[in-house]
Amino acid sequence: MSAYDLLCDNVMPLAECDRRLVELTQAGLPLVAQPYHELARKMGISADEVMLRLQRMQEKGVIRRIAALPNLYKLGYRASGMTVWNVPDEKVSKLGEQIGGLDFVSHCYHRPRHLPLWPYNLFAMVHGASHDEVDEHIAAIDHLLGEDNLGSDVLYSTRILKKTGLRNRARE
Amino acid sequence: MRGSAETQPSETVLDALDLQLLNRLQDGFPICDRPYRAVAREFTIEEDELIARVQRLLDANILTRFGPMFHAERMGGGLTLAAMAVPEDDFERVALLVNSLPEVAHNYARDHAFNMWFVIATEDRDEVAAIVKKIQALTGYPVYNLPKIEEFYVGLRFAV
Repeated sequence: MSAYDLLCDNVMPLAECDRRLVELTQAGLPLVAQPYHELARKMGISADEVMLRLQRMQEKGVIRRIAALPNLYKLGYRASGMTVWNVPDEKVSKLGEQIGGLDFVSHCYHRPRHLPLWPYNLFAMVHGASHDEVDEHIAAIDHLLGEDNLGSDVLYSTRILKKTGLRNRARE
Repeated sequence: MRGSAETQPSETVLDALDLQLLNRLQDGFPICDRPYRAVAREFTIEEDELIARVQRLLDANILTRFGPMFHAERMGGGLTLAAMAVPEDDFERVALLVNSLPEVAHNYARDHAFNMWFVIATEDRDEVAAIVKKIQALTGYPVYNLPKIEEFYVGLRFAV
């Protein structure tokens, strides 16, 4: 345990400290010149401690990064297809890395199959200006996979049934 | 550069600097005393202008969010993607039941035999299985749990 852990502990338990930081930044980072100082004032700890805790959470991967999340639809990516692929299990990591690195793919995951109804083990969200453009991207993925493509499908959303984000969780 | 090409009259017009900032701000934001000033200097603009532009992009919903991106599972929470194949004539009833659970974060109808796709997010990792069972019991249909096994890329950066 390092010195700054103890510092934070003077005011509140570490877990509580991180939890408060999560809550206070759920809606976003304050848009003021010194956002970390603002968070510190709200928590009653020093700005240095806030920055150290955030740094630590980033190192542990609890925070992926502090960054902007663009609204792809607003930026002209009007079609988003959830593409699903059946690839050999022993190659899924290598192929996933390749597909995830494509510039029209925003998310890429290895997920379990549910045979016989669901044979797909690799998911990639593909974005384009139109369905036609998404189809072109799908053809590019198919080309990349070659004989490792044992089957694929694309699912478009037709309706948002619920969208609350994950922030409800922290309020409970 | 679709941002400017497809902008409609009612929408916010993005200039070249906005697009550069959109790309830059997806890369990560510093943790320091004056982080906006640090990034503003990269573009030789004032700190105030950067803050104003981020505010404008948020107000125009060009940015969905600006801040720490949390990794739910590493905070101890549970997160999964689940799918159901629901008969069309029972779809609305099932959607209401599924949506009624606070653990269901978002839910989409999709054009496939598996026509309902939702994310389950729980406070504790162990709760996911119970929620899956609960939805099956509530609706009378199987729920296919598709937790991620490996993550290759998570929307960290998207060229605009």
